[in-house]
Amino acid sequence: MSTADCIECGAEVSLHDDLEIGEILDCMTCGAELEVVDVSPPVLEQAPELEEDWGE
Amino acid sequence: MEIGLLYSRIRRDEKLLLSELRDRDHDVHKIDVRKERFGIHDPPEPFVGLDLLFDRCISTSRSLYVTKFCAAYDLPVVNGPVTAETCADKVKNSLALAEAGVPTPKTEVAFTKEAALESIESFGYPCVIKPVIGSWGRLMAKIDTRTAAEAILEHKATLGHYEHKVFYIQEFVEKPGRDIRVVAADGEPIAAMVRSSDHWLTNAAKGATTAPFEPDDRARELVATASEAVGGGLLGIDLMETGDDYTVHEVNHTVEFKALDDTTDVDVPAAVVDWLETVVAEDRTIGAEAK
Repeated sequence: MSTADCIECGAEVSLHDDLEIGEILDCMTCGAELEVVDVSPPVLEQAPELEEDWGE
Repeated sequence: MEIGLLYSRIRRDEKLLLSELRDRDHDVHKIDVRKERFGIHDPPEPFVGLDLLFDRCISTSRSLYVTKFCAAYDLPVVNGPVTAETCADKVKNSLALAEAGVPTPKTEVAFTKEAALESIESFGYPCVIKPVIGSWGRLMAKIDTRTAAEAILEHKATLGHYEHKVFYIQEFVEKPGRDIRVVAADGEPIAAMVRSSDHWLTNAAKGATTAPFEPDDRARELVATASEAVGGGLLGIDLMETGDDYTVHEVNHTVEFKALDDTTDVDVPAAVVDWLETVVAEDRTIGAEAK
């Protein structure tokens, strides 16, 4: 299991092995939603805010 | 097969699909639609040369346009733009179900607060008001009194996007504390579950508890008819039990299935990929043409 830094608080975020670009992770320290924008090496950015038209 | 998965967010549903597709050695192209540009004649380069494009956009607006573009480029996409357009808008969804003779809750649409209040009063209390576009139970209101109705209408008219001024008002269906979600491909159920809650909203996204459900002949008939009514494809069809029958209140075109996969013994992503393989093998396009 690898790690990356939270873009919001700088804490270490644990990453699972089957990480996918476009996936959303939660920072367990500050609660920020983070989007995986690269996997090699892993890079996290702030996830987009929930939009009104999101759904199924 | 070479399949393009159109997305802007990878949910657990998409991870399950990606895993299943890769396990079967399909060549999967993840296409983040946020990065693409769509000309009116030529498709974005990542869209070209694939056997199938699979719309999994979490954003309804993107889903609507991207499927429209795929059809314009004559590229195979599931679900197609007609299915997307019909399912994305609750008014169009209700009209399609009613036209097909599928039992669906009594619904009225009004364009002004005054007309909407007349609809609400004619339904009586409680009744329900929903946004025409939206999901996961968000911005839905059960209206218990006239004063609540007046407040909700005032807020929607004053604060909302213009779509919130299309007032979609529906009878309140006294369901037995649960509704039914069927995921179906081409009208054939893959798996189904009931979603139960003490709250009037029983969406899985709202924390409802789930249990497997075996559709009876009538539910299967309604699922098949509802599927055809909206243009077909891979769909999430929601039903409520009304005593001696069902009523279909919604059909979803970019259906989430993680809760269903957790709830039932059916391998839902495997069944979805089975269906995708069939669509490619038969060279079919789903929901691309107006009915």
